[in-house]
Amino acid sequence: MDSFDFFRPPILSVTALSNYLRELLETDDVLRDVWVKGEISNFTQPRSGHLYFTLKDAEAQIRAVMWKSSALRLSFSPRDGQSVEVHGSMSFYPGGGQAQLYIDSMQPVGEGMLFQEFLRLKNKLETEGLFNQEHKRPLPRLPKHIGIITSGSGAALQDMLNTLSRRLPLVRVTLAPSLVQGVEAPANLLRSLNSLSQIEDLDLILIARGGGSIEDLWAFNDENLARAIYKSRVPVISGVGHETDFTIADFVADLRAPTPTAAAELATPITINDLATALKNADTVLNGTITESIATRSYQLELKNHDLRRLSPIQRVNNAIQTLDVLHERLDRTIQIFLQQLGFHLQHLDNRLETLSPLSVLRRGFAIVNDTQSGQLVSQAGQTYENQSVQVRFVDGNVPAILHPSNQEKL
Amino acid sequence: MTDTQPTSYEAAFNALQEIISKLEDGELSLEESLKLYEEGKKLSDQCAKLLEQAQLRVSTLGTNEEGDVPV
Repeated sequence: MDSFDFFRPPILSVTALSNYLRELLETDDVLRDVWVKGEISNFTQPRSGHLYFTLKDAEAQIRAVMWKSSALRLSFSPRDGQSVEVHGSMSFYPGGGQAQLYIDSMQPVGEGMLFQEFLRLKNKLETEGLFNQEHKRPLPRLPKHIGIITSGSGAALQDMLNTLSRRLPLVRVTLAPSLVQGVEAPANLLRSLNSLSQIEDLDLILIARGGGSIEDLWAFNDENLARAIYKSRVPVISGVGHETDFTIADFVADLRAPTPTAAAELATPITINDLATALKNADTVLNGTITESIATRSYQLELKNHDLRRLSPIQRVNNAIQTLDVLHERLDRTIQIFLQQLGFHLQHLDNRLETLSPLSVLRRGFAIVNDTQSGQLVSQAGQTYENQSVQVRFVDGNVPAILHPSNQEKL
Repeated sequence: MTDTQPTSYEAAFNALQEIISKLEDGELSLEESLKLYEEGKKLSDQCAKLLEQAQLRVSTLGTNEEGDVPV
């Protein structure tokens, strides 16, 4: 038996044993994530804010600790004798020599395991910062390609497609059909999310489900799904259940919509009507700019035209012509007057000439007598002789005559 | 016209906005501004057409089936 001493394990110190025990407890799959139901006793809350109490039932008891950070999130005030459901992990407290349950969430019995699990996960992810506002990605104002994760047969899908079709039919939709309730739903949703993430031009994802009980909506409280939504390259809008339903997916999404229809509405803040209005305005501005541009030029051109007309040499030519016209007119008038005066003068002379003319004597009835042979004027009776041939000139013609002075009458 | 090229509405509208900004800045020759205006009208028509003819295109992952879902 002595030989056994050689192979005897090393003697442990109490500390080493305690540490070993603690490590054992903390690495046990069941003990590090455990739900326990029991009654509170020996409850104390020192100034540190940590809670110390014993959880017990009819047969057994175990020490429990809830650190202040977790205790602050309690929705009730624990007291001795209260029945509670708690979640936490087991460890060993060397100083007190006892195994302890380290509680991170606690609810009065009756509030339901699911709700408690929901609160626990919510607190956990919230603490990690998954719900932080700073992390929310901006949503595209005018999405081009929207991915939808929902049941391929549900009314939620039709509601969303109707809404998108009405508000922004320009958008492209890729549907990633998924189970939305049951044990396989979380993995299914996750797969759909991953598939959609691989579409390069996708700029928005809607994850949605119609209303239901907390159990029906449970798939949307999955931790892996929440983390995938958090990490998603593409912004995510959640629309799960009704206005009053909140899921983890809602908290971690970039935007929570109260319903699937609302998700489709929030996805399309700008509608086709808005686009049509903007286009019409742009068209008006476009027409306005060109009209104005042409009007401005036309006005400038008119000004220049005016200058041009004012400065044109034509004007000077016209002025000269006018001057010339005036001179010409004066010249005309002057010559007219001159000619008229000449006319009058001539008439006057003519009249005088007329009175002096012998013809005017003849017109008064006198006649002139010339000797036919000599052509001499016969002006006295004494110059005449018998049978003298003469020409008697009347005003309108000559008449030959033979004179007979023997028959003369003495005057 | 340009409806043979699958231009996105946003691209066409943005181009239209740019043209308008340029026109509003002025400082263009008449020929340039007329050219831009013509281009702008084309884009505007194209946008209007896209809006008019818009129809939700829905495809489903896995089935590779594309088409209009009755809505």
